[in-house]
Amino acid sequence: MTNQLMTKKSSSKVERVNWPATTVLVLCAVTVLLPLYVTVSMAFKTQGQAVDGNAFSFPAPFSLEGFVQAWTLTNFPVGAAMSLLVTAGTVLATIILAAFASYAIVRNWERRLFRYSFFYLLGAMFIPFPVVALPQIQLTGRLGLDNPFGVILLATMFQLSFSVLLFTAFLRSIPMELEESARIDGATTWQTFWKLIFPLLAPMSATVGIFAFLYAWNDFMMPSLIISDPAMQTLPVRQNLFQTQFSNNYHVSFASYLMAMAPAIVAYLFTQRWVMAGVTQGAVKG
Amino acid sequence: MSTITTPTTSKQGPQKQGRQKQGHQPPRSRRRVEPIFYLFLVPSLILFTLAITIPGIMGIFFSFTNSIGIGDWEFIGLTNYIAIFSDPAILQSYLFTFGFSIVTVIAVNVVAFLLAVGLTARIRMKSALRTIFVIPMVVSGIIIAYVFNFLFSNSLPSLGAAAGIPWLESSLLANPDLAWIAIVLVTAWQAVPGALLIYIAGLVAVPGDVYEAAEIDGASKFQQLLKITLPLVAGYVVINIILGFKGFLNAYDIIVGLTNGGPGTSTRSIAMTVISGFNGGDYAYQMANATIFFVVAILISLVQLSLTRGRNAL
Repeated sequence: MTNQLMTKKSSSKVERVNWPATTVLVLCAVTVLLPLYVTVSMAFKTQGQAVDGNAFSFPAPFSLEGFVQAWTLTNFPVGAAMSLLVTAGTVLATIILAAFASYAIVRNWERRLFRYSFFYLLGAMFIPFPVVALPQIQLTGRLGLDNPFGVILLATMFQLSFSVLLFTAFLRSIPMELEESARIDGATTWQTFWKLIFPLLAPMSATVGIFAFLYAWNDFMMPSLIISDPAMQTLPVRQNLFQTQFSNNYHVSFASYLMAMAPAIVAYLFTQRWVMAGVTQGAVKG
Repeated sequence: MSTITTPTTSKQGPQKQGRQKQGHQPPRSRRRVEPIFYLFLVPSLILFTLAITIPGIMGIFFSFTNSIGIGDWEFIGLTNYIAIFSDPAILQSYLFTFGFSIVTVIAVNVVAFLLAVGLTARIRMKSALRTIFVIPMVVSGIIIAYVFNFLFSNSLPSLGAAAGIPWLESSLLANPDLAWIAIVLVTAWQAVPGALLIYIAGLVAVPGDVYEAAEIDGASKFQQLLKITLPLVAGYVVINIILGFKGFLNAYDIIVGLTNGGPGTSTRSIAMTVISGFNGGDYAYQMANATIFFVVAILISLVQLSLTRGRNAL
């Protein structure tokens, strides 16, 4: 009796929940998680276990040896500080410059200078970094910007197109009446921007900021080419150490990879809303 | 991140806003731009010019010289360009990059579309699965390439040996004919989330009653997918193909982490040959290469604009 009831219940559920699709998707999710699992498990292994050939085994015993060695080998505190500097600089500069420029452009659209500036700034979307990389290396070298600050400048400028696009699209939807009432109360444009417009832009700033964060934190190509002093390199670039030397200390290299990757994954888990919104808006709304 | 836009669409909005503004404000203030707006705009314009426009012009300029990056140089006309078209190393990098991009674009879109269909179906753990599927997008390309490098050169060969598959027993990355497959796999692994999110946005917009009607008419699930879903998200397919293709043409980080262009030069991308001009002393020569690459990028963008124009309804 109970059995019959239960099968009946679950069979009616089959129509509602698509179990085959769920199963296939869970299996696909495993392929996403597998490399990440290998990274974490290898990082916590002892040297002996790390070289035994089985990447998928669970670390037994748990060992922090890899982290301790990676910390000193890659000079992690300095690398993390450089990555943090580049990332924070790029995020802040992108949000501020893009919000300023977008506000000026949208409010003065009838002026040719502002209208053309919009298309000019958007132009970077059609210029891949490799095309301008060689002269940029030369120029940053000559201007004394062959350091994290040069990377901040270049990364911000490449992020500007996407960010101005999102901000201008959003600013268009803010009714003028709102600003006019602020002005009637005697607010200057500067005050209106900071007290009214910038807070309204917050959701867009979150999206723009998280994309600038992910780009600046994860990028290898630009810092590896622009920053000339290896001591000032960001974390992703420092990992090439394990391709040349120490290439068999897998527990050390994976501990180092994990420390470099984890901040971006954690940041994503807390901001997924904005990440997902940004992809769709950037591609579709435009 | 690369994005797509139709300037015409973006233009309409602010213009509308501009007209509204004109309507609301007294005519006098319409004539004068508040100086502060220049202060808002000009820093971006100056930095952008310094960081992107000037290097761009410098690059095109030096492509007509014999500069090695430092010291004296002189104009040599089109010599660099003529040499490029008969340089097997550069032709190979174009062939590899385009071939790799086409295969990856197809793989990414097929996988992303099917995953999006699954993720918008009536499934369990929907939001958890969505969270997991987006993770590859937020992971550093070079580092995940190092992780896959380990898996391809250590774990996969031992699995191949255990299963008795001869071609898997040695590392994929060491095989000049197969190394590109590893690059496609890792690039696709990382690029699927972006395409997936765009497809989900497209699928969510398809009204449910279309499927109900098809069901009543006796269409199978597969027929519904092929005859209803696919045509309705065709615009998103176009966007994903172009966005993906443009991104893959710039491939660098993942290839450096997997093969560093090898074995030999079999997996050297265009970006990698251009960058080699930095160390190789053929600075001006690779600038000519970069200029050609730029023209290619512009042509693809023009195709993009002509295909996406008029898709404002998306």
